[in-house]
Amino acid sequence: MHRIRLTLSHLYATLFLIYLIAPLLVMSGAAFNDSKLPSIVPWKGWTLRWFSEMAADDRMMLAFVNTLWVAAAVALLSVIVGTASAILINSISGRVRTMVYGLMISTILIPGVVIGISTMLLWTKVGNALDTDFFLFRAGLHLSVLGQVSYIAAMVMLLVLARLQSFDAGLEEAALDLGASHAQVMRRILLPHLYPAIGAGAAVAFFQSIENYNVTQFTRGGADTLTVYVFSKVRSGITPTINALAVIMISVTILAAILYEIRRRRQERLMAAPPED
Amino acid sequence: MQDLIRRYGAGLTAIICLLVFFWLAILVVVPNITLFESSFRPYLPVTEIGGPKDVYSLDNYLKVFSGQVEVSPLGFTFLIPVHVLTFFLTIWYSVVVTFLCFLIAYPMAYYMAKVAKPSSVPTLLLLIFVPLWVSEVLRAFAWWIILAFKGPLNSLLLALGLIDAPVRWITGYDAVVIGLIYTYVLFMLFPVYNAVSSLDTNQIEAAEDLGAPWWKIHWRIVLPHAKPGVASGSVMVFMLSAGSLLVPSILGSTTSQWFTQTINQWFNDALDWNTASAYAFILLFLCTVFVALAMWAFKVKLSDIAK
Repeated sequence: MHRIRLTLSHLYATLFLIYLIAPLLVMSGAAFNDSKLPSIVPWKGWTLRWFSEMAADDRMMLAFVNTLWVAAAVALLSVIVGTASAILINSISGRVRTMVYGLMISTILIPGVVIGISTMLLWTKVGNALDTDFFLFRAGLHLSVLGQVSYIAAMVMLLVLARLQSFDAGLEEAALDLGASHAQVMRRILLPHLYPAIGAGAAVAFFQSIENYNVTQFTRGGADTLTVYVFSKVRSGITPTINALAVIMISVTILAAILYEIRRRRQERLMAAPPED
Repeated sequence: MQDLIRRYGAGLTAIICLLVFFWLAILVVVPNITLFESSFRPYLPVTEIGGPKDVYSLDNYLKVFSGQVEVSPLGFTFLIPVHVLTFFLTIWYSVVVTFLCFLIAYPMAYYMAKVAKPSSVPTLLLLIFVPLWVSEVLRAFAWWIILAFKGPLNSLLLALGLIDAPVRWITGYDAVVIGLIYTYVLFMLFPVYNAVSSLDTNQIEAAEDLGAPWWKIHWRIVLPHAKPGVASGSVMVFMLSAGSLLVPSILGSTTSQWFTQTINQWFNDALDWNTASAYAFILLFLCTVFVALAMWAFKVKLSDIAK
């Protein structure tokens, strides 16, 4: 490749990274600006007051706790359902597999608006038909959980399915021949092989749930999650408390990323230790 | 299936099947059938539900055609129902977003797959992942700050002398498109990156040795190879954009309206769930048809996408 084109491609990659990161820096910067409007211009001096105001915002804290509960529930359900689906898909073939797999994948593409409305309609209709006020059949965050699971489970399924490709089914045969019970085969042979994918799936599900707005908006009833709360704040009177929240969330993300990178490099060094090629 | 029973026993197999059934039937298929059924029912007070007035009709769907507005593209003036116009604009701007996402993501995907040192790719990926983990609402909010009339972008451009007076960025659909691109560009980047990575570098070198100009290498070798990745990226970005509610609500101007916002108004403001269902079904159905047509036009199969 010619030198000029190589330089240009490096330049483009740098610009792309700046494009991705700069908005987050601008948003974080605004959290420290002593100005009533969230912006970095004009700069009116450093302050930490938006962080203390954020901590004093009870509604935001409640929304934050709600979000964590919803995300944990979604991660748990998605992992169970997604793993079971991957195991099933891996052991069937032909027309049925194509159809079931297609249905599973299509859930990722269904607009969140449709998922939200349809979930809300089904459960409230069942509730009306049974003439009950049982909480399951009324709007609330539990319906948000069910709605979110309906497409996030597909993401977990894809991750686990990819991991299953590298699984040696002979290990299960050997265990069965040696007298292991079915439950033992599942618990001691198959699941340990899948743990990395299940862990990754849980992380993806957790973060996807925190992000979700569309499904939650139509099913939440009166309850807030962080995304819904931030949205309502952006539309009504905004103060830089939202930016303070963003700083904390971005910091957590970056911290997790750095930890992950350190672990990866250490593993790479360990792998590189014995001369292979 | 027999294989499953032999390995894990009838009990565990039954549990696995039940879990899949719970997901696909209870969480996906039945709710969507309910949505479809409700979309034909009228909006009635609670006491009249199930009464003589509660009959199926197409009224909810016909509401799309009420309320005419005048539009004059390219000098031709004609009347068009306001919700139909909203729908077309949503589709049109989603296509624009998809195309721009491809233009921005393709060089980067090629860079990561073929130009960058393989040892630096994981770090690059990690850097790119950071914005993806930050929630969508905050990303849209970040652009709301940047694009504000007295915001940093105008200040920067004024300081550089590129513009003489501050530009109003949040007009029409401009800010919505900018926000959607930023939010969804990574959904284009990753599939294209995966597809380009699987291309044998020898093919590119052979073409170079034979004297092909760089654009021809991309057009004839890299792009055809990356087509499935481009297709799945495009389907993702298009469906996410057309179905987005957050970004158009935060970055929309007074003159922009996204179809999902119309659905949200029927559902949460007018509390007419049945009409909202009809509109939601229209969105789902027509977007699926549009994607299917586009795939047929570009000769992409569904199995290419699910790879």
